[in-house]
Amino acid sequence: MALLFYPEFEVVRNENRCIACRVCERQCANEVHTIDSESGLMLSDETKCVNCQRCVSLCPTRALKIVKSDCTFRENANWQDDTIKEIYKQAHSGGVLLSSMGNPKPFPVYWDKILINASQVTNPSIDPLREPMETKVFLGKKPSRIERDEKGNIKFKLPPQLELSMPVMFSAMSYGSISYNAHKSLATAAEELGIYYNTGEGGLHEDFYVYGENTIVQVASGRFGVHEGYLKAGAAVEIKMGQGAKPGIGGHLPGTKIVGDVSRTRMIPEGSDAISPAPHHDIYSIEDLRQLVYSLKEATEYKKPIIVKVAAVHNIAAIASGIARSGADIIAIDGFRGGTGAAPTRIRDNVGIPVELALAAVDKRLRDEGIRNNVSLVVGGSIRSASDVVKAVALGADACYVATAALLALGCHLCRTCQTGKCNWGIATQREELVKRLNPEIGKEHLVNLMVAWRHEIKELMGGMGINSVEVLRGNRLMLRGIGLTEKELEILGISHAGE
Amino acid sequence: MMIDVTGLEFNEINQKLRESDNKVILQGCLGQRFIASGMKDKNIAIDGIPGNALGAYLNGASITVNGNAQDAVGDTMNDGKIIIHGDIGDAAGYAMRGGKIYIKGNAGYRAGIHMKEYQDKVPIMIIGGSAGSFLGEYQAGGVIVVLGLNTNGKLVSNFPCTGMHGGKVYFRGEPPKSVFPKNVCLKLATQEDMKYIEKQIVEYAEIFGYNKDEILNAPFTVATPDSNNPYKQMYVAN
Ligand code: SF4
Ligand code: SF4
Repeated sequence: MALLFYPEFEVVRNENRCIACRVCERQCANEVHTIDSESGLMLSDETKCVNCQRCVSLCPTRALKIVKSDCTFRENANWQDDTIKEIYKQAHSGGVLLSSMGNPKPFPVYWDKILINASQVTNPSIDPLREPMETKVFLGKKPSRIERDEKGNIKFKLPPQLELSMPVMFSAMSYGSISYNAHKSLATAAEELGIYYNTGEGGLHEDFYVYGENTIVQVASGRFGVHEGYLKAGAAVEIKMGQGAKPGIGGHLPGTKIVGDVSRTRMIPEGSDAISPAPHHDIYSIEDLRQLVYSLKEATEYKKPIIVKVAAVHNIAAIASGIARSGADIIAIDGFRGGTGAAPTRIRDNVGIPVELALAAVDKRLRDEGIRNNVSLVVGGSIRSASDVVKAVALGADACYVATAALLALGCHLCRTCQTGKCNWGIATQREELVKRLNPEIGKEHLVNLMVAWRHEIKELMGGMGINSVEVLRGNRLMLRGIGLTEKELEILGISHAGE
Repeated sequence: MMIDVTGLEFNEINQKLRESDNKVILQGCLGQRFIASGMKDKNIAIDGIPGNALGAYLNGASITVNGNAQDAVGDTMNDGKIIIHGDIGDAAGYAMRGGKIYIKGNAGYRAGIHMKEYQDKVPIMIIGGSAGSFLGEYQAGGVIVVLGLNTNGKLVSNFPCTGMHGGKVYFRGEPPKSVFPKNVCLKLATQEDMKYIEKQIVEYAEIFGYNKDEILNAPFTVATPDSNNPYKQMYVAN
């Protein structure tokens, strides 16, 4: 059959270095590499290559590299390469385009247009190596005023709180969409770090109940793996209303992925499709949401904070205001650059808004309405570094959710083909021989390293501003300036322009 | 043990329930929500009308309502039994994965939505009267039986079994006239089906004082997802 178009990547093999050890052949689940039995030379079928860099990393003689093909269509600013290829794919299949990981389009990344302040002369900066610096945060409803009994003692009855050693958590990724070893790495790292990871909507594997104190259990519209024991196992319960990568649509894990432990953990038969309907069919209003929030509070005897996770969409401030009145303790907002195991391309790339704008709008709205203390705010949807965290906190977040960054720490190379289930790095797959490639001990170590490094950087950035705790930084927009932003963008972000 | 719940808030009722004997009667119930949420080993009778989300996440307790019930009864229930001596509101048994819900009267919209099953855990809901629209929507497992007793032949309103991809819905009497999606097939219940139904109806009839043979003396139709014509979206990797 004629090629639809020239392959996107080329496999470049340096024949002088290649020793035909066939490592690449064994490592590539996409079956790109084969050996020619007659000549003994390695061959490659680059039509199947997804540029995951696995073979490149493991080639012992560094004989391989993968390059973007320079064979392209005639240049056209309107009809770009990808656009043309998508048309070909659809014309030949009649299919809906399916992608994974976050929105790759060149939309503005506001984190990169915000600059952080530092102290000079008029107030001293702080050296975090020598002076105490607090990165601990508590998530949950806070009382709006101090109450005292007749004797003047403070009445100390706080609603349930999550205690985090630093303002970062691992966000929801279900067992099924990622592997057992990936979940194990996240769970053990969260435990060691004193933060939390999130089960996602696929239930909690029986082996991981022991990490319950560092686990957030999710309840989504499909209610997979949800039962009383599961709800009580976690430190908090998250109601998933939406996901940044695919707002407004549900999930569908095909029956072929519902095997073995995944089937048991989701509590559905092997081979049956796991369908999460787009909405929760019992939630059509804030009042209905309140009902789910309180049924969960009753089932967990008011011992656990309830998180409501929504995608960042238009009118997010009004939506969040409703959620803050629903009894939820924490609102998680997921921006449109957030990752996913599979999402229709058109939705991933065109629906939702950047989390920076959503966060600023929500924080302001809740303050204006005097209900900011009703809830904590957690934001995700592409938090890539410690400086993103610091900027998010200064814009009003109590903590951040990271997922893609955590997967990168586990070895993900962002090839964006998670939906195939053939992840060569042992993350987005259930194939045993691939899952084995991710050693959960090493995975944990890398996650811990990453977070420890971020914690140092957060302290340094705060110290530079003369701020010694995350609590003080929160909502401190005076510490931020925009660069190259319009009046309107600055207004929404609630910050001044650099130079002002 | 009797508890008068007149004027009590739901959290107070559940607190009392947690502290009470295993056998409890709640009197004067008037719309309080979330009663018995997640409870295990209680036997609760309710006089009056409990509010929404009765027995959500129920995990083995049994609840009898001597009257009507409202919406979202048995949401994500795992085990136990809920008996309603009247009608039930919308979204009964949402995502229930085990246990039984027996309703003497009619059910509202979306009964049994996204019910599921796993191995020997097969939830069942029996509706004595008729069901509203969207019965068994997204059903992924479990069994729903609609008896249509005292309803002049009416069994179910519009759009039953939309999105159904597992489980079974049985209808008693003439097959329902509603339009079913093309991904669902309707057949006459087999002998094996009838044996299964009989087993379930024995307890139901006893609870509500019906004669089981009279109930069973009618044809039953069974709706199941059509495995030859499943819901599918054609995707192309991008
Ligand atoms: S898919 Fe990955 S492992 Fe296979 S050839 Fe391409 S880069 Fe190498
Ligand atoms: S998780 Fe695996 S398949 Fe997905 S983008 Fe990363 S390396 Fe590729």
